[in-house]
Amino acid sequence: MTTPLLALDDVHARYGPVQALHGVSLEVAEGEIVAVLGANGAGKTTTLRSVSGTVRRSGGEIRFDGTPLRGGPEAVAKARIAHVPEGRGTFTDLTVEENLRLGAYTRRDREVRADIDRMAEWFPWLAERSDQRAGTLSGGEQQMLALARALMGRPRLVMLDEPSLGLAPMIVREIFRIVRELNAAEGLTVLVVEQDARIALESAARAYVLEVGRVAVSGAAAELEADEAVRRSYLGY
Amino acid sequence: MADFLQQVVAGLASGGVYALLALALVLIHRATGIINFAQGEMAMFSTYILWTLTVNHGWPYWPAFAFTLAASFVGGAGVYHVVIRPNSASSVLRVVIVTIGLLIFVNGLAQFIWTGEVRAVESPFPSGTVDIGGVVIAWSNVGTIAVSIGIVVLLWLFFQFTKVGLAMRAAAVNPAEARLVGVRVTHMLGLGWGLAAILGAVAGMLTAPSLFLDPTMMQATLIYAFAAAVLGGIDSPVGAVVGGLTLGVLLNVLSWLSQYGLFDWFTEELRLPTALLIILGVLLVKPSGIFGRTEVKRV
Repeated sequence: MTTPLLALDDVHARYGPVQALHGVSLEVAEGEIVAVLGANGAGKTTTLRSVSGTVRRSGGEIRFDGTPLRGGPEAVAKARIAHVPEGRGTFTDLTVEENLRLGAYTRRDREVRADIDRMAEWFPWLAERSDQRAGTLSGGEQQMLALARALMGRPRLVMLDEPSLGLAPMIVREIFRIVRELNAAEGLTVLVVEQDARIALESAARAYVLEVGRVAVSGAAAELEADEAVRRSYLGY
Repeated sequence: MADFLQQVVAGLASGGVYALLALALVLIHRATGIINFAQGEMAMFSTYILWTLTVNHGWPYWPAFAFTLAASFVGGAGVYHVVIRPNSASSVLRVVIVTIGLLIFVNGLAQFIWTGEVRAVESPFPSGTVDIGGVVIAWSNVGTIAVSIGIVVLLWLFFQFTKVGLAMRAAAVNPAEARLVGVRVTHMLGLGWGLAAILGAVAGMLTAPSLFLDPTMMQATLIYAFAAAVLGGIDSPVGAVVGGLTLGVLLNVLSWLSQYGLFDWFTEELRLPTALLIILGVLLVKPSGIFGRTEVKRV
């Protein structure tokens, strides 16, 4: 078996006295879409945060492309892991174009301009709104801008935290459609955290279901979807 | 009328200095949410560096000016990393108290090094006047206005068009998010303090020839800068510039009017209290200032 792109091995994390992760292990292979599911407070967001270094882990190891991942979020961004946090996470005071330029902050090449133009192929409305402040965009547009900004870093892995949060079902479908297309066309590797298990399982190849900071079930998306017991007890539909 | 316009131009010159120092305050407030009460004293200290280089070491003016800017930048960034950053994780109040301590420290240090004696600082501009359509303007005013505008434009270009400038803005508006895209926020804040110190240094050096240099030189100017920043909106760079120029012109026009019997109670001594009244008035009527956006707090 080849080395997975991202591997979490028995990761523990805590917020002060509250233990949020009690040993999470998961793997994401290159070119794969993997979903992390579970109820509120199961540790989904903390799992992503432990990867991006925004929460310090109290145990376990995270390996990216075979080497241990260390340091804060700046170092993780430099390793070309893009984290789109919950609640859009755009710079609302800055313009659309400035948001995109910031996405390419760790890059040193001269193709940033070309990539900004390329983003307009995926998100056609971006070009005409480039001077608009991100805060004036609709929720769905902000989520797409956050995704576009993540792509500007030419990431090897994109982590999406709850992209469906507060958005209309139609827009959520549109966002997941773009994620699937990016995966198919450019081999984009995606680790997505979702509360809406149904939509996430449609796009993901594999999924992990978390329960109080541990992996309760994992497997191929199709199998999890087909297993009624899993659906009832963990996915809630 | 010519007389009036002369007063306006002189007001723009002093207003330009207020604007620069106000801009320094705004820069730091936007980035860190605190008011640096030591900004004026840091500017005074910078001006002493210029004085030492030109008078004691015989440097020509502009090289000394450039060296002072570089030294101020290093000093400002150093103050952030050594004094401010270790305290910034705690309350805003604690950091503000630290800046007040810094004010006293820098002032004492200047007294210690250069004594309290009043020094003359040379002006880089010619001493004469220029006549523009009957309006007689001192070259020093023209120079001060030009340098102020030049610095503001450079700063705007830097923040608008450079990668570092953009990263500094990102770090100021949303530090957590900025770290996620790879921006080292503490480096950016250090840069911000360095830039603010440069702005203060320019303000100090421009104003020193007319105010004369001593360790208290910038204390009144800091109050005017506060008034300018509050008037324009403490988070608005444009507001700081407009506020500074407005304040400079307003105070001069009041003086001019008092000569003609209007506001004849207005004397030089009332300039500073007027600035404080403006601070109070703006905070009561429109706390966000002219250009500031009212902060919407999400519940």
